[in-house]
Amino acid sequence: MIRTPLRPLARILKAREDGEDPGLIERENRRKRRDADRDRKRLRAQGRLLVLGLCFFAAYATIGVRMGILANVEPAEPKVASAGQQIVTQRADITDRNGRILATNLVTRSLYAQPHLMVEPERAARELAALFPDEMDEERLRGWFTGERKFIWLRRQMSPEQMQAVHDIGEPGLLFGPREMRLYPNGPLAAHILGGSRFEKEDVNAAEVIGTAGVEKAFDEYLRDPAQGGAPLALSLDMTVQSAAREVLGGGMRLMNARGAAAVLMDVHTGEVISMLSLPDFDPNDRPRPLASGNDPSESPLFNRAVQGVYELGSVFKIFAVAQAMELGLVNPDTMIDTKGPLVWGRYRIRDFHDYGPTLSVKNVIVESSNIGTAHIAMDIGAERQKDFLASLGFTKPTEIEMVEAPTGKPLLPPKWSEISTMTISYGHGLSASPLHLAAAYSTIVNGGTRVHPTLVKQAGPQNGERIISERTSRASVDMLRAVVTEGTASFGDVVGYEVAGKTGSADKPKPTGGYYKDRVIATFASTFPASDPKYVLIVTLDEGEDTIGSMPRRTAGWTAVPVAAAMIERIAPLLGLRPAVEPSQEAALIPANL
Amino acid sequence: MRGLLYVASALAVMALAFWAYQENYRTQASIRANSEVSRDIGRLRETLSILKAEWAYLNRPSRLADLAEMNFDKLGLLPVEKTQFARPDQLPYPPAGLARVGATVDLVGVVPQFAPDGEDWP
Repeated sequence: MIRTPLRPLARILKAREDGEDPGLIERENRRKRRDADRDRKRLRAQGRLLVLGLCFFAAYATIGVRMGILANVEPAEPKVASAGQQIVTQRADITDRNGRILATNLVTRSLYAQPHLMVEPERAARELAALFPDEMDEERLRGWFTGERKFIWLRRQMSPEQMQAVHDIGEPGLLFGPREMRLYPNGPLAAHILGGSRFEKEDVNAAEVIGTAGVEKAFDEYLRDPAQGGAPLALSLDMTVQSAAREVLGGGMRLMNARGAAAVLMDVHTGEVISMLSLPDFDPNDRPRPLASGNDPSESPLFNRAVQGVYELGSVFKIFAVAQAMELGLVNPDTMIDTKGPLVWGRYRIRDFHDYGPTLSVKNVIVESSNIGTAHIAMDIGAERQKDFLASLGFTKPTEIEMVEAPTGKPLLPPKWSEISTMTISYGHGLSASPLHLAAAYSTIVNGGTRVHPTLVKQAGPQNGERIISERTSRASVDMLRAVVTEGTASFGDVVGYEVAGKTGSADKPKPTGGYYKDRVIATFASTFPASDPKYVLIVTLDEGEDTIGSMPRRTAGWTAVPVAAAMIERIAPLLGLRPAVEPSQEAALIPANL
Repeated sequence: MRGLLYVASALAVMALAFWAYQENYRTQASIRANSEVSRDIGRLRETLSILKAEWAYLNRPSRLADLAEMNFDKLGLLPVEKTQFARPDQLPYPPAGLARVGATVDLVGVVPQFAPDGEDWP
């Protein structure tokens, strides 16, 4: 570039001629140069500031726009991450202990109409009414389809055949939405345990299925929890055993003309309920409506006699008094007990079924089922200790089984645990409990003496609960129960090979108006097998059963509940894989073929 | 020298951009394929659950009991009984001298042979 000289010769000479100071010219030129320099630098600085400002603006604008986008778009899962395990069904299956399905889901279709999309509403109404003559009325459908409404539900569930038939109508205003339906493939097999389910919130694309009773409701949260990944809920039930038990119990109930029956089969160490039945039952796929209020709920097939039904169970309670007395060291199996009758206490008289003479040994009090003898033992124990012992066996609270009905099976205790209550409770009157309570208490007595809580969920091992009675007492109690079967009131219960031990109980049913019926009996057989090493407890209860084979109807448990229980054990024990303690018959054994 | 460096970096940037875009497209294609497979899996799971439900329905104990009864002549099925338990020493084991399964043996006897020209068996 051409620099302007500070002292241009022409101007200097001219200034000299004019007698001016040439230094002024140089100074002026220096000033001009400095000004130009300053302007240039300012321009550059301004430019830099601008670029920097633009950078900051771009950065903040990027952040701002990104935040705006994030705030406004629908949240979506990252595509790649969601490609793994997917949940297909919204409600997990329920299986038995061997993984066989008790409850599952089936995708069906629901039918809805959008009249504003319809081409021939009249024809659609006519043909739909022809397809579903029971539930759709042509006049009403026509009214809907030609009216103002934009959306109408027509049917909740349809089979594929019905769907095809509706499809064939060819009406674009009839639309299908997917519906997941709860299916109980085994019908009434475990109806009371499973309970039932229904639709809650409904939408075109899906409907919420919620449990309404039983395990379905108790585990509602768990079954619907997506975090479980659709893993099925394994119950402790064994479907084969449940099925065989239902068949035998149903047959026994009909044979004994009973109004109802209940059975509980429990593992004495793990507390797992292998089978639990209450007859009559129902089909959970088509759950009946509950009875209108005011009626007796126990009349409904929905009523679970094994869990909700609290009854005075009678003499099956005697073993608790005897076991406690042995545990406290008050008696041993051979101690003689006064059985002179009747035992009078105030205005009450306690009688025995027969007169057993002046005394019986403790063992024979159980074997012969003497009310008077048990009452004497209970008086030695005392009300407080008896109450504490029965509480430790679980008789004062509802069972903790995982069913929503469990809290309704609350035992009925005497309002005041007086001395006469102590005596009557010792032989099973004055305290009402459910068959499930009894199963848990018997498990505790026979399993070596540790507390068992009944459960419907498959367990990994024994419960090893707190110790209630010593192993010695437990052993002595089982021996007495075994004697009841071999020489006492439950002689029909002796299933050869399975060493059944148990105690019968026949309690008159209380009238709703007070007092007791003379001819209506709750007959119970509480049994355990095999007696040499008890593994299972089976409780069978028949409601108003009677054996009419003889000349007089016989209602005591020894004639009604015991044969039914024996038939059940005969059938169930091999299914449970219990080896009988007898020689197998020669014809059934494998023999070398004679080739 | 400096000019060459500029050209080389520009070419490198272009090559890297090309590679990055290609990877991007490949990833998107994989994601699409993956989601298709997931949809298939979902559909198959749905089918599977229906089949399982059907299997459970067809194998319900009451139906099996009815079938066993209906086909009693042919199958003779009865409930398991306690007499069917046996001890291991009651099982007939093969005699000690017998050859194990899969051992080669000599065949003694007449072997039927195919006749030539599609004729009948001799």
